[in-house]
Amino acid sequence: MAGAVTAHLSEEASVRPKHINESGFVRFVLIGVALLFLTLMVVLPLVTVFYEGLKKGWDVYVAALTDSDAKSALKLTLIVSLIAIPLNTVFGIMAAWLITKFKFRGRNFLITLIDLPFAVSPVISGLIYVLLFGAQGFLGPWLDDHGIQIVFALPGIILATVFVTFPFVARELIPLMDAQGVQEEEAAVSLGAKGFKLFWHVTLPNIKWGLLYGIILCNARAMGEFGAVSVISGHIRGETNTLPLHIEILYNEYQFSASFAVASLLVMLALITLVAKKLIEWRGSKWQSKSN
Amino acid sequence: MAKRSTLKWFSIILAVSLVLTACGSKDKEDKASGDKAASTGTGTTTEQTTTDTEKKEPLKPVELLNVSYDPTRELYEAYNKAFAAHWKEETGQEVTIKQSHGGSGKQSLAVIDGLKADVVTLALGYDIDAIQEKGLINQGWQSKFESNSSPYTSTIVFLVRKGNPKGIKDWDDLVKDDIEVITPNPKTSGGARWNYLAAWGYALKHNNNDETKAQEFVQKLYKNVPVLDSGARGSTTTFVERGIGDVLLAWENEAFLSINELGPDKFEIVYPSLSILAEPPVAVVDKVADDRGTREVSEAYLKYLYSEEGQRIAAQNYYRPRLQSVADEFKDQFKSLELLTIDNDFGGWQEAQKKHFADGGIFDKIYVPGK
Repeated sequence: MAGAVTAHLSEEASVRPKHINESGFVRFVLIGVALLFLTLMVVLPLVTVFYEGLKKGWDVYVAALTDSDAKSALKLTLIVSLIAIPLNTVFGIMAAWLITKFKFRGRNFLITLIDLPFAVSPVISGLIYVLLFGAQGFLGPWLDDHGIQIVFALPGIILATVFVTFPFVARELIPLMDAQGVQEEEAAVSLGAKGFKLFWHVTLPNIKWGLLYGIILCNARAMGEFGAVSVISGHIRGETNTLPLHIEILYNEYQFSASFAVASLLVMLALITLVAKKLIEWRGSKWQSKSN
Repeated sequence: MAKRSTLKWFSIILAVSLVLTACGSKDKEDKASGDKAASTGTGTTTEQTTTDTEKKEPLKPVELLNVSYDPTRELYEAYNKAFAAHWKEETGQEVTIKQSHGGSGKQSLAVIDGLKADVVTLALGYDIDAIQEKGLINQGWQSKFESNSSPYTSTIVFLVRKGNPKGIKDWDDLVKDDIEVITPNPKTSGGARWNYLAAWGYALKHNNNDETKAQEFVQKLYKNVPVLDSGARGSTTTFVERGIGDVLLAWENEAFLSINELGPDKFEIVYPSLSILAEPPVAVVDKVADDRGTREVSEAYLKYLYSEEGQRIAAQNYYRPRLQSVADEFKDQFKSLELLTIDNDFGGWQEAQKKHFADGGIFDKIYVPGK
């Protein structure tokens, strides 16, 4: 089952024949440089977040996390992620299926469109929605007459988040499904499978690891997005501030410990996602080796 | 076999999302109870009394959105609690005030773009004029409340590092070659426009009202600015946190606040020989208030800023009060100095904006980034 596309180390990689192996010194230097780099760029900042957050003691830390604005920011961030991720998952699977299993005109154009949010600055992603749905925007007056509030409210934040995160699932699936080709589906069809049954029993099991990875990336970005959301949020405390925006506000109010405490919450959310991913991967590979 | 693993996998996803939703709804309950308390929870007593009486009250709780500029965060945090208590006592109605802060110009644009503010409390009249031009605020807003609709005033002072190592005393020290000045961008920040005009006014006065000389003076000053942040609070963080620059041109209240928050052993305030009377005005956003039916409470909210309690809160947050009795009480805190006014010395905001800050105005001519 060729499921996992990323970060799956095979056992063979570490056992290379002697004659193509590097000398001990070279290996030592390479590993050392990689470790040093990781420590400087990832581990140290992460530790700093927790250190700064806890510097003024446990009470300040807990107070920062249980503050009503922090809670509402957490809630908003989770709501936005919970809406954006399923949307992007469905869209990503559909787009990848369409692009890899069928040949049609405009296929490359569709791929380029999917990549667009990667290329556009997040600030612009937020701004286009303000320009479109804002009171001075194209659809603004109509929306206003009908009492629909999009920008500076939850719908706008969700829109901006969906926009910046929609390539993740599709982009993860397209190379994978492309490599897998259509033979298995053809075989299934020749045995009488059709439509959703085909997708559920043949396509989905083949792509599940790639899909899962895409969802995790999508989630990480959705929870951490700052630029696009900042433009469209209106910064109303306790209402339209997501966790990243709340962190900035605390920092600007000289509440440094509180801001790092909330930042550590965001880090923990990210760590939980990563652990969940590892856990599922591990269970998956265990089951896989058993069935082989 | 494939079926089994898929099922398993989906049940895990389902479980995870269920847990997340559960967290979400728990937050909701927490918020509902916590929301009525002001954000930091120090006003526990007010919160207690308000929630107790709420059950008996026929009046529906009301929510206001106050869109304000950067340095007023602490002021309105305190004032909102006081007003909520006052309003509750007067009418029995529960009022929650939500805040949004940012650069004054940026906030004004957000309201124009559809941010549903019941009241705006911005850094200068021009930014409210801009909202009025779009028809959201009725004409003549500036005469609706006393004293130009500016319940408190402030001025521009210098914040320098402890001991004033560069010996900065007045505006002409800022144009010296080895001085780095921190001030935000006048295009987006209200405070920055006051800073700029104060410098301009000083230069005019010391050069017999010669405008070319004044232009040279501000040009030299902005050459000494290494980074233009978009809001006053951003500039303060640049100066106090990142340690960039020798002097911060700051709102008086912002300067006091930095000293309070970060220690009097690090910074001190220098009063220049002349500065500007900054009048941060307030207004009800008529269209929003009428649509949402919050006019009465919005007006009361702004009016109460002029009351003794409102004025005292302003003074405690280092805004200069209008009310004489409160001004006397705090007279040691605010040094009196010669102040220019926007209307007498610059012909009002419309004119000052057009001449100095509009696209193609003097600021565009003199400011060359990175020089």
